[in-house]
Parts: sequence; C-alpha cells; structure tokens
Amino acid sequence: MQSPGALEISRRDLLVASAATVTVASASSLGHAQTNPPAASQSTTVGFTVNGERRELRLDNRTTLLDALREHLHLTGTKKGCDHGQCGACTVLIDGRRVNACLTLAVMHEGDTITTIEGVGQPGNLHPMQAAFVNHDGFQCGYCTPGQICSSIAMLEEIAANIPSHVTSDLTAPAEITAAEIRERMSGNICRCGAYSNIVEAITEVAGRKA
Amino acid sequence: MRAFSYERASTTEAAAKAAATKEGAKFIAGGTNLLDLMKLEIETPTHLIDVNELGLDQIEPTPEGGLRIGALVRNTDLAADERIRRDYQLLSRALLAGASGQLRNRATTAGNLLQRTRCPYFYDTNQPCNKRQPGSGCAALAGFSRQLAVVGVSDACIANHPSDMAVAMRALDAVVETVQPDGTPRSVPIADLHRLPGDTPHIEHVLERGELITAVVLPKPVGGKQIYRKVRDRASYAFALVSVGAVIQPDGTGRVAVGGIAPKPWRDEAADGELPNGAKAVTAKLLTDARPTEQNAFKLTLVERTLSAVLAEARG
Repeated sequence: MQSPGALEISRRDLLVASAATVTVASASSLGHAQTNPPAASQSTTVGFTVNGERRELRLDNRTTLLDALREHLHLTGTKKGCDHGQCGACTVLIDGRRVNACLTLAVMHEGDTITTIEGVGQPGNLHPMQAAFVNHDGFQCGYCTPGQICSSIAMLEEIAANIPSHVTSDLTAPAEITAAEIRERMSGNICRCGAYSNIVEAITEVAGRKA
Repeated sequence: MRAFSYERASTTEAAAKAAATKEGAKFIAGGTNLLDLMKLEIETPTHLIDVNELGLDQIEPTPEGGLRIGALVRNTDLAADERIRRDYQLLSRALLAGASGQLRNRATTAGNLLQRTRCPYFYDTNQPCNKRQPGSGCAALAGFSRQLAVVGVSDACIANHPSDMAVAMRALDAVVETVQPDGTPRSVPIADLHRLPGDTPHIEHVLERGELITAVVLPKPVGGKQIYRKVRDRASYAFALVSVGAVIQPDGTGRVAVGGIAPKPWRDEAADGELPNGAKAVTAKLLTDARPTEQNAFKLTLVERTLSAVLAEARG
C-alpha cells in the first residue's frame, strides 16, 4: 500500500516535470522566432490607426488584419471564429465600414482607420449598442458578441446611408429599419448559441433611439 | 498559407506588367476569395500585387448612355448606386442576394467575376480535382453533387460558377474592359469571359497572364421589369441552387440568364426568343445539352419553376 508521503513525492515530481516542459516549449518558440524571421522580401511595414492610436508594424505579409490585432497589438476583443469569412466573429470597422478582419491582409491597410470592440466602448463607458446587448441578453457564451456589436453599429449606419438590402421591397425608396431588414443585414454574423431574437431586440432598441 | 512577397501597385500598366513578368504573381483587390483559398493552400501565389490604390473605384456615364463601373467598385457601393438602382435594378438585386454585408463591403466588381467555384471537392485538398490539380480526376462526378452544375459541364469537371452579380451582368450584356501586360486595352463581352471546362477546367477565363480588368461597362438601360430570383438552402448568406435574372418587356419579350447551374452565367439568346411562349419553352432551349447527375437533376425542374415565378411576377 502506498504511503501518503510517496504520493506527495510523485505529485511534486509531476509539477517539476510540467514546469520543465513549459520552459522547453517557451525556449523553443523563442528560438523559432529568432532563427526564422520572415525573409525581408516577405515582410512589409504598415502603419494604421487603431482605436485612435497610430500604430506601425513590420509584418510577415501573410498576417491577416485579425492576427495583427490579436497577436501583435494584443487587442484580443476581436475574435477568431472560422477564419474563413463565414461566421463574422472577427468583424471590425475599417474607415467606419464593417469587414471580416480574417479575410484581409494587415499590410493592405496602410493609412486606414480601424476600430475594434475595445475602441467602441469600455466598461463604465459602454457604447449604446454594448449596453443594449447587456440589457437584452443578446448573447450566451459571448464569443460572437464583439463581432455582432461592431457589425450592428455599422449596419445601422448603412441603413442611414440608404444602402438597400435583399429584403428592401422598393430600391428607389429610402431604406427602413424593420426586424426583417435587421435579420437580413446581420446574416454575416453567426451566433452558435442562438441568441438571435435578443440580438434583434437590442439592435431595434438602439435603432429606435437613433430615429 | 505559403509565404509571398507583396507590392502596392500605383498604375494599371505597372500592375499588369509586374504580374506578367513575375512568375507566380497574382493581383489582390478585396481578397475575400483569394485569401480564403490561400489559407487552404489551394491558391499559392509567390507574389501579390495590391491593386486597391489604382483609383478604379468610380462609376461614370459612358457616351453611349451606359455606365462604366470601375473594377474596384465594392459590391455594396455598386448595389447602392442611385443610377444602378433606377436603371439596372437587376444588378442591384443580384448583388444584394449574394454574400454578407461584411463581404460586400470588401468584394470588388472584377473580383466577383473572377471568383472561383465553391465545389466542395475543389476545396477539399484530400480529394482529386481537375480544376485544382489538372489530371487528378473529378471526385464530384460520383460524389456529393447536389449543388453543382448541370449544363456546360464535361467529364473532367461539373463545378459551377458561384456569382450572383455575373448572372445580372450577363443578362445586361456587360462588357469587361482590361489592360494587357503590354499596356494595350481590350474589351471582352461578358459572354466570352468565362470558359467552359472541357478537358482543361483549371483554365476558367480568357484573360492572359498579367491582364488586369479595369472596368465593366453596362450598355444603355434596357428598361422592362428586372427581376432576380434566387433559390437557396437558407434565406440569406448562401450560394444559389438556381437563380434567374430576367429583364421582361411589356410585350413579353426579354432576356434571361441563369445562375447556379453552369460553369458560367448561363444564357442562350435562342432561349430568350422563347420568352413570350413561357417558362417551359425557354427552359427546354436553355437546358438542351444538360447532363445532370442523379443528385442535381432536380435543378432542371427548378429552373423552369423559378423562371415561371419570375414571369408571373413580371406580369403581376
């Protein structure tokens, strides 16, 4: 029969072994970064404004805007869902328009103005759309929420700018804010928890306040 | 994604020349389709030429009374343009039926025309695909082909063209303007832009290496009732099973192009001539050479019924 002491020792061994593994892993990833920087011809310097702050980065050309925001600027509010433009979790605003940050290269945005969820509002100073999502329970797990909020803010601007949608009945009349319009225009943002009805209510509330 | 070098082009001529001289070069505009395919290493360019700063983002009247749409006009802006909404409603409707708000904000007019098929076997790099890897075979023929083409296909490929916009452009007789690598412009009618697969499904259009689309020109407005009806598995943000774009005049004549059923927007001027005789007559002409699989034979019926609904709406 094993003594409690023996168990203690083996637990300690395990902890030591795990710590060593962590050390090795970080050393090797550091080594990788030092020995394999992208070739000069495969990296580019790009400057853009993010949430009001001018940023300049030298990036491997392959870096998507999404990865630049999350991994290089540590703005992790923008989420990576499918990474193929199908889910909308990575939606950010570029010069005020909503785009999928996963389907555009960071180096293509020289001089652009980018707004992420961190720039939309902060705890204690929420954007009306953020507050409405909280009030209406417009989420469950919350993973799609930053994308939903960025998308819905820009979507209301699109209606205000009289951009029509698939469900707009008369292309020559001004665009209207209806539940059908909101649902159609938000179809690029998937919510795996299915909080759609509350999302529509949150957006409707903000739209009503604006109108 | 494979590594690549990158440049921002400042003139169309320089862009075309760079693309022709650099092996493995590709243009990037919106990037919504190209980057998706690069992540999967289906597209593996070694050099990207960013054409976003070329200034090809205007919609201007032509002396003939039509509109010249710059290659870089985003799908959102094209759909929302007042002149398009008034005189070319079909084009607005087709654009708004495609993709999502986010994608339409980035996707360009030229890129939309040149986007690649969404055939699941083209996307699945573990499967043979003659379009992705010439000579490897076609997994779709005996596979899951419900979404795929029924006409214009070959034994090598049954992939369909995914664009909604191109269907409207075909019905409106748009002309694609390009600049060739030596700087010479040329005009290609939309009907001639896309190639049928034959035994070379990897060659999808007639543009030469380095040739850059600069604009798409719409002839003067043709009037009529303009209707785009798209049938798909979801109400929004899904590719067409079948879509019908039609311009119907008060006397019942007109023109019709169909999406979702072929490697290019599908129109046959002889079938247009049957419009006064109804959907059945038109469909018979349009689909004379159809070769559906067991799984997508339903599209033959669906084309006729969708067109029938469009004609009823036009009369309505």
